[in-house]
Amino acid sequence: MPQFLEAAISIIFDGLAYAMLLFVISVGLSITMGLMGFVNLAHGAFAMAGGYVTVSLMNGLGVPFLPSLGLTFVSIALISIPLERLVYAPLYKATDLDQVLLSIGLVFMAIGAVTFVYGPSPPSVQMPEFLKGQIDLGFKVFPSYRFFVILVGFLMIFLLWFGFERTIIGAKIRAAVDNRSMAQSIGINVDRLFILTFAMGSGLAGIGGGMAIEIVGLSPTFAINYLVLFLIVVVVGGLGSLRGAFLAAIVLGIVDTAGKYIWPEGGAFFIYVVTIAVLLVRPDGFFGKEHVQ
Amino acid sequence: MTMSEVQPPSLPTNSPKVSPTQYMHDRVRWRLSEALPWIVAVGAFWVFPNYLVLGTQMIIMIIFALSLDLILGYAGIVSLGHAAYFGVGAYTTGILSAHFGWNEPLSGLLMGGMVAGVFGFASGWLLLRYHGLALIMLTLATSIMLYEFANVAEVWTGGFDGLLGITIDPIFGIFESDLWGKTYYWYSLFVLFLVFLAVRRIVYSAFGRGLVGIRENTKRMHAIGSPVHQRLVTIYVISTIIAGFAGALFAQSTAYVTLDVLSFSRSGTVVIVLILGGVGRLYGAFIGSIIYMIIEDELSRISPEFWEFGLGLVLVLVVMFFRRGLLGAAEDAMKRIRGASS
Amino acid sequence: MKLKTKILLGVTAALMPFALNPASSDAAEVKVGVVLTYSGGAAHLGKQIDQGMQLYMDSHPEAFGGHTVKLIKRDSKRPGGDIAKNAVQELITREGVKILAGFMFSPNAMASAPLATQGKVPMIIMNAGTAWIPSLSPYIARVSFTMWHSGYPLGKYAGTELGCKTAAAGYTDYPPGKDSRNAFKTGFETTGGSLIEDIPMGGPREVPDFTPFFQRVKNAKPDCFFVFVPAGNHATAVVKTYEALAMADAGIRLIGPGDITQDTELQGMGKGAIGMITMHHYAADYDTPQNKKFVAAWKKAYGADSTPDFMAVGGWDGMAAIAHAVKTQNGNVSADGTMAALSGWSFASPRGQISIDADTRDIVMDVNVHKVVQRNGRLAIEVIGTVPQVKDPCKELKIGKCGK
Repeated sequence: MPQFLEAAISIIFDGLAYAMLLFVISVGLSITMGLMGFVNLAHGAFAMAGGYVTVSLMNGLGVPFLPSLGLTFVSIALISIPLERLVYAPLYKATDLDQVLLSIGLVFMAIGAVTFVYGPSPPSVQMPEFLKGQIDLGFKVFPSYRFFVILVGFLMIFLLWFGFERTIIGAKIRAAVDNRSMAQSIGINVDRLFILTFAMGSGLAGIGGGMAIEIVGLSPTFAINYLVLFLIVVVVGGLGSLRGAFLAAIVLGIVDTAGKYIWPEGGAFFIYVVTIAVLLVRPDGFFGKEHVQ
Repeated sequence: MTMSEVQPPSLPTNSPKVSPTQYMHDRVRWRLSEALPWIVAVGAFWVFPNYLVLGTQMIIMIIFALSLDLILGYAGIVSLGHAAYFGVGAYTTGILSAHFGWNEPLSGLLMGGMVAGVFGFASGWLLLRYHGLALIMLTLATSIMLYEFANVAEVWTGGFDGLLGITIDPIFGIFESDLWGKTYYWYSLFVLFLVFLAVRRIVYSAFGRGLVGIRENTKRMHAIGSPVHQRLVTIYVISTIIAGFAGALFAQSTAYVTLDVLSFSRSGTVVIVLILGGVGRLYGAFIGSIIYMIIEDELSRISPEFWEFGLGLVLVLVVMFFRRGLLGAAEDAMKRIRGASS
Repeated sequence: MKLKTKILLGVTAALMPFALNPASSDAAEVKVGVVLTYSGGAAHLGKQIDQGMQLYMDSHPEAFGGHTVKLIKRDSKRPGGDIAKNAVQELITREGVKILAGFMFSPNAMASAPLATQGKVPMIIMNAGTAWIPSLSPYIARVSFTMWHSGYPLGKYAGTELGCKTAAAGYTDYPPGKDSRNAFKTGFETTGGSLIEDIPMGGPREVPDFTPFFQRVKNAKPDCFFVFVPAGNHATAVVKTYEALAMADAGIRLIGPGDITQDTELQGMGKGAIGMITMHHYAADYDTPQNKKFVAAWKKAYGADSTPDFMAVGGWDGMAAIAHAVKTQNGNVSADGTMAALSGWSFASPRGQISIDADTRDIVMDVNVHKVVQRNGRLAIEVIGTVPQVKDPCKELKIGKCGK
């Protein structure tokens, strides 16, 4: 295989793996921001918490990796429900600034609490054998774990697509994202829908946090270190848009990987250049609804 | 991004006798209570002689927060990248001193503000055509790119290790920097006072009222023929100049500049400080900065490892119970007391 | 448990003066200001240093010559310089400390250096590794290391002993990374080797996805791949990516300073770490009497699961230096007296024999070649070679700012 083709294939493959990680963590944020307009900067904290739940399950209770991810989803989703009712719900009608302050406060609290329980040292987990090493796809050999991340990403997008486009609840959510007051007036219980999407989105972020341990590691400050990246995916994709978040994650993931591969010295710039370029041309992101001001 | 819940100081709804012009005049007039912060600041010099370094940092934060209040509180421009201008100001002053031996403090301060203003004009002219979340993310991405650029331009900025070799001459050729930070306390306080006079003047002018109009209803301001974009750019440039002053003061008082001046966390902190104190009410910047820095200082002294939890809790409680910032809450309380007594 | 231990230790430390010197009335209490990062992403590293200091204080009360030391701790938070500098200023003016200690991040040490001179308070650097820090003030002494201590000998070792003709360097894009890479390059090129890839791998704050960088190196097929990343979870990600891309099978050897096989991280790295060669001055597995005693005391104080690493040793040795200064001056601590006491001071550290060079006020120590092996079902460090008594090569060779 010619060298440039081989390089291109690795860039696309590695970029996709990175993109899927971004997608799984960010998609929940996109939907909740689209649905309730809530600026939830604490979304990264759910991912961080998910990582620590995975660590506890695997290292503390000896649960294997895959069931751990499932249990992480469930537990983070469950934790998020009372939080949504008690802390978030009273602020749906508040200004964006109050929401920012509240959610940043929650991030600080989460960082402090996790540091208290787990200590500040970064934990690590051992992957099962079938996720270590390499997988041969005939034309090229790929790292198994990244292959797994891509699979999970595509599985998620399929499930979400099905849930959104092919179920009644999905239709209701879409209706509420498009026009909340209209949806309410025809009898859709938007509050309940929101609890559901919030829990799902948080749970997905939790899975993402669990999957990220093997790639970028985990520490209490995970909650804030990658926050900008998640926000970029959401905004570039367009609020409340599933396709948007997916496309944005892929574009940003591959651009970032390609940039680092081709020109490491300038690697950090690429993702922001793309962000600025997209937003200058399409302020509402790829598939955002028309901005109403 | 509606800002409609952010209110200017209370309108005299229950006193119909006051004419609109009289109301405007009354607003501009200095109230006796406005002397309070300055008395406190001057008094603090003698009461807390060991806390002047912290005091200087507070004053710098107040100036920075005031600059943000101009755009966020009065014009409704939400920025998550305001540290860009703080950083440009800091690096300008620092580089002038470290690379060119330009050590005179007052002109260094002015240059810091001016260069930040030039950056503010360039980015504001382009970015202020956008609003809402897009604008937030654009300001954020711009400031992060500036951060990365400063990291790459290590020859000039010193990169991550910071810019060494900043020496600042005595102020007016007389007052030397000292270990207790006395000189820089007075110097910063003086700068704050001048900045405050300017800001107060701006927000109570017709121009300032026009900005509030844009904040409350941009379309209507367009409709009545107000040059919206031009006004936004103007206030943005003024704001960035002040942010540049804050950064320059920071560089002079610390005699050291690192990439941290451009960081996302600095942009975030100033937003938190301002919301905490109260947006769009001049003294919110004062209250927010002082409370935030005292909490941070005290908590990190009590528990260096877990102070973040306490800080987070305070923020959450403020949002839950004092929705309009601490100053807003104080105003509400005053109103209730007055209401009860009359 | 951790908190309880800490409280217990605190109480013991507080009661110590009464327990040990009930009668001696001339026992002095020396205030020492500690500036470390206790919060945020690097909090665990600051904690290692803090625990190392505390452990020495608790286990060697006699070393202080009947006097006691009171630690006043401040969080320097980020590596921004300003917070550390404010903390130092406050420690000098408000608390009146006689000695400053700690300093994890280089920018924090650099920002504070002028205050050491202005306020005449010595600074004992327990980690910050940028080579030219001690030349910023005559009141700075360093007990930790410089990036050149490991990078330069490693470059030579890669060329001569490992037989690498070509090498790639990947480093986190900040001064310690660049320093370490320069040291490696300088050493490697003296052996006739050439650096064919030179890759900055993002900033130190968040761990990047290392795959694109490593993929590039893999395609370039060097004999050795030198990596420097900050101690902490960057290192685990490096080893895991190296394993995931099967770079060992491609004949590329992963080497680096000991930061990437930090003791606290080693067990989490998995089998991919086996065979790695690093150059460093300390590992918890060192088989010396001093180290065995040190590790045993550590595990007793902080739990059997915890491991000291080179940062903890920096804290331990730094406290030993402070004890020496206090004892030599009989509790009456002055800046010049402290610096005189530290000049040429030598000590049997858990890492081996160390001393402070009288000219540069920097550390002189053995640097060892580490190999990661599997022993009794866990990963362990085996010492396979030693470069004796290394003085900071950057200052010896007068490179760049070190020449001034």
